[in-house]
Amino acid sequence: MMRVGMPLNWGPRVRIFGPGSGRLIAGCLAASAAIASSVLPAQQSRPWEQIPIPPLHAFHPQQPKRIELKNGIVIFLQEDHELPFIYGSVLVPGGSRDEDPAKAGLVGLYSQAWRTSGTASMDGDAMDDLLESKAAHIETDGDDDSTAISWDSLTSDADQVFSLAMDLFFHPSFSAAKLELAKQQEAAGIVRRNDDEDEIAGRESAKLVYGAGSPYARQPELATIAAVTVSDLQAWHDRALKGKLIVGIYGDFDPVATEARVRAAFEDLPPVTPAPPRHDEFPGPRPGVYFIDKEDVNQSNVQIVGIGVDRRNPDVAAIAIINEILGGGFGSRLFVKIRTERGLAYDVDGGFGLTYDHPGTFQVEALTASEKTVDAAKLALAEIAALNTRPFTPAELKRAKDDILNSFIFEYDTKDKILDESERLEFYGYPAGYLEAYHAALEKVTLADLAAAAGKYVHPGKLAVLVVGNGPQIKPGLDNLGMGAPQPIDITIPQPSAPPAGGGAAEN
Amino acid sequence: MRPRSFTCYSTGLWLLFLLPAWPAASAQNLQSFEKRITVKVLPNGLTLILCERHDAPVFSFTTFVDAGDVDDPSGESGLAHMFEHLAFKGTSQIGTTDYAAEKIALARVEAANDAYEAEYLKPVGRSEARLKILRSAFLAAQDEAEKYVVPNQFTEVAEANGANDVNAATGLDDTQYYWSMPENRLELWAWLESSRLADVVPREFYKERDVVMEERRMRVDSDPIGRLEEQLLATAYVAHNYGRSDIGWPSEVSQITAAEAMAFHRKYYVGGNIVIAIVGDVSPKTDLPMLEKYFSRIPAGPRPEDMTTVEPPQFAEKSVVIREQTQPVYMEGYHRPSYRDPDDAVFDAISDILSNGRVSRLYRSLVEQQQIAAEAQGFSPFPGEKYPSLFAFYAQPLPGHSPSEMREAIHREIDKLKTADVTGAELQMFKTRARADILRGLADNQGLADSLAEYQTRYGDWRELFLQLDRVDRVTRADIRRVANNVFVASNRTSAEIDTDPLPAAARSDGAAP
Repeated sequence: MMRVGMPLNWGPRVRIFGPGSGRLIAGCLAASAAIASSVLPAQQSRPWEQIPIPPLHAFHPQQPKRIELKNGIVIFLQEDHELPFIYGSVLVPGGSRDEDPAKAGLVGLYSQAWRTSGTASMDGDAMDDLLESKAAHIETDGDDDSTAISWDSLTSDADQVFSLAMDLFFHPSFSAAKLELAKQQEAAGIVRRNDDEDEIAGRESAKLVYGAGSPYARQPELATIAAVTVSDLQAWHDRALKGKLIVGIYGDFDPVATEARVRAAFEDLPPVTPAPPRHDEFPGPRPGVYFIDKEDVNQSNVQIVGIGVDRRNPDVAAIAIINEILGGGFGSRLFVKIRTERGLAYDVDGGFGLTYDHPGTFQVEALTASEKTVDAAKLALAEIAALNTRPFTPAELKRAKDDILNSFIFEYDTKDKILDESERLEFYGYPAGYLEAYHAALEKVTLADLAAAAGKYVHPGKLAVLVVGNGPQIKPGLDNLGMGAPQPIDITIPQPSAPPAGGGAAEN
Repeated sequence: MRPRSFTCYSTGLWLLFLLPAWPAASAQNLQSFEKRITVKVLPNGLTLILCERHDAPVFSFTTFVDAGDVDDPSGESGLAHMFEHLAFKGTSQIGTTDYAAEKIALARVEAANDAYEAEYLKPVGRSEARLKILRSAFLAAQDEAEKYVVPNQFTEVAEANGANDVNAATGLDDTQYYWSMPENRLELWAWLESSRLADVVPREFYKERDVVMEERRMRVDSDPIGRLEEQLLATAYVAHNYGRSDIGWPSEVSQITAAEAMAFHRKYYVGGNIVIAIVGDVSPKTDLPMLEKYFSRIPAGPRPEDMTTVEPPQFAEKSVVIREQTQPVYMEGYHRPSYRDPDDAVFDAISDILSNGRVSRLYRSLVEQQQIAAEAQGFSPFPGEKYPSLFAFYAQPLPGHSPSEMREAIHREIDKLKTADVTGAELQMFKTRARADILRGLADNQGLADSLAEYQTRYGDWRELFLQLDRVDRVTRADIRRVANNVFVASNRTSAEIDTDPLPAAARSDGAAP
């Protein structure tokens, strides 16, 4: 009855709550006690309010040990001896936003080929055989602002796995064959990228917000991945390793021996080179209605998007509470108006994405039957506009604060979550006490703060509406949204002049 | 930032003491782990499992109801899932301003819906005028009932009290409700959870039915893989409900009534059919009496009988071909026995050796060596485990390659399993990884709660989640060859594929915006 080898999403299972529905909050290292009451309409007796809420048991979250080497590299050590495993990672600054646009997709290829190529002393396939026989892993990964190597093993294998991981980190041997394999995988993804409505909506809405050529939205094409060479991967690697590395070790390790080992691996590196400042521009979308026709669906994916904020924003606490009121969970305005009261959508949510070092998106989404598209989009637009016109109520403020503050503990209830947060703050240069300050700011948010923040950051006139759906079924048409004629977006996949690597022409 | 590969369905502390290869220190950890588990069966038949972990002042729970969409009556596919949505709508005490009045109003909604549907379903002589009147009457009754509703109060109280990851999932086999909460809300949770299990009110039912129709559009109708999967199962099964859409066929789920949902509740939501596992900062000594008080409210009752239909042996190969504007995909499935079969672990071994990671046979052959696939997997049990299910294969061809190439390549790998033993190293790798995955699954309160509740339900004793490692260790190379020869035969196979229709979208319409 084990689910060994089962791909994650297999097996039908239907849920009360959609996959995109999640609250956008960060954690804080403070516990709170409260009572169960909330401000609600008059009604019959409220027996749940009679149930005592005792003070929360004392909790002293264990902070990782932070070591800063002379060269600027930072090491975090977080012990947890409950289970016999050790996990490690090195986070490396620089990601896909830093790649040459003519070689878009380089970081994706690099992060695959890095691991699958292996090292001069052990190729990737041999490494797979050795690690899997020990139920251990070493993996490499790429993101928009970083790449990483990570590893895990049973405690008894940890020394050997650490040595292997360090060999791969410092001495990869990029192989042309593994780069070709990575290109095939990437090409398959490009050719398939218009099959899934949700994937189209996510990608194209980001392009509307940031611009199609923006480092935060551009996509790899068959031609740009074909342009990537083995020497590009090596050059990327050599440059990336000069950045400020953040090393994290978690689990069942001996603190003295492990600290010595990790120090020895990293302390002889030259002083780190700080990342150059970025000069990105974030003009936001061109307002209007955009449409992508997809013949094989009976549901429209509606995305309403604008430019948002980042977490350094002084009003971030008020914005987080607006998120909760607008789209956070079962009691939010969008959920109640569109799902509960009208039954127009299963998946409906939205708010400001709170990113760390660049403006995120403001995004509201609703998935609704083709013929209800205009109805649902109008309701969602009205709820966005109402952030500036319908006063926030004391009950809404209280509900949002209770929701966020009483579940705060789940941001730091395990030692590995605390380590992840420490690494994240270090990576983005946030102060170690950021979460406590954020928690304190959340507690202080007033109705006036909400109104001011909504006025400052919610701009109904600067939003784009993207609909991916079945054109002939969408009646009434999108021109009924009163935002002008819908503008079609062409998502045809550009074909390179020569066939893509290893694959022959794409079939689209 | 760190990869985690929790296997939430399996746990194995116990057997690990017997394995000298594992460090003594961890064996001690594991022993202490086992001591933390307390089981209590209440007089109404409901089973409570408490597992203490005092690292942080939080707990997670899983309520595991041994009823899923396989139990939906004929003509009512999607009913178990529809009921699960209802279980978030509150009770006679929460979610209403005046239950006595609301109850009368809800009875009127039901009567109005019955009258509307009776007219709507008339095979001959349906009057559109009358239908319109009945529809208005239904909407008026619905509006009247909603006057008493406090929308989403049940979930709002939970969330305002720190409930995290509030959700539920209905599968073909079972229904699970779960969230995590600060430990000082344990009694509040016990009130909420026992209330909704014992005292559901069919509030806002017909709007929620529309929500579920949207869920169907999202998961199945508008998703190429969802469509393919539904057709594969509908074709592979001729008698058993594993072949029926789990979210429900549109004409059926769109006509489920509140009365049907409440009847499902009466039959299946009885003490003997429910196991609740709680993992976290809880103490059996102080908390069990309180929990017993609340959960004794669930009506007593033995387990209802299981569905008795048995899928007859398949004797002819079947196939589905979908031609559409989607990139190609290939799937196939072979009937296999349920989780209670002595060969259950042999199927786990086969899927591990075929699919787990870059060392797996399908990856190395189809992806790395032949370079014809972007992805290739073999997995089971699918779509459920309680009844005989499928061992399924899935492959995405690389650009320029076809589903039939996937099929042939998969069959060549199957033939290898049938004609030659796997290597000792492959079998050992499966056993080592199975043990490690089980251990990793213990780290997470929610995952552990899921496992405890599931194993208690499926085997009648949570200790089986440890003893399964015994079955894993007994798998031999000869077992794998024997099972492969019995199961992977053409007459037992159903395949389903998407072939890309070369007709460009532009030929259908001018692509103009609506």
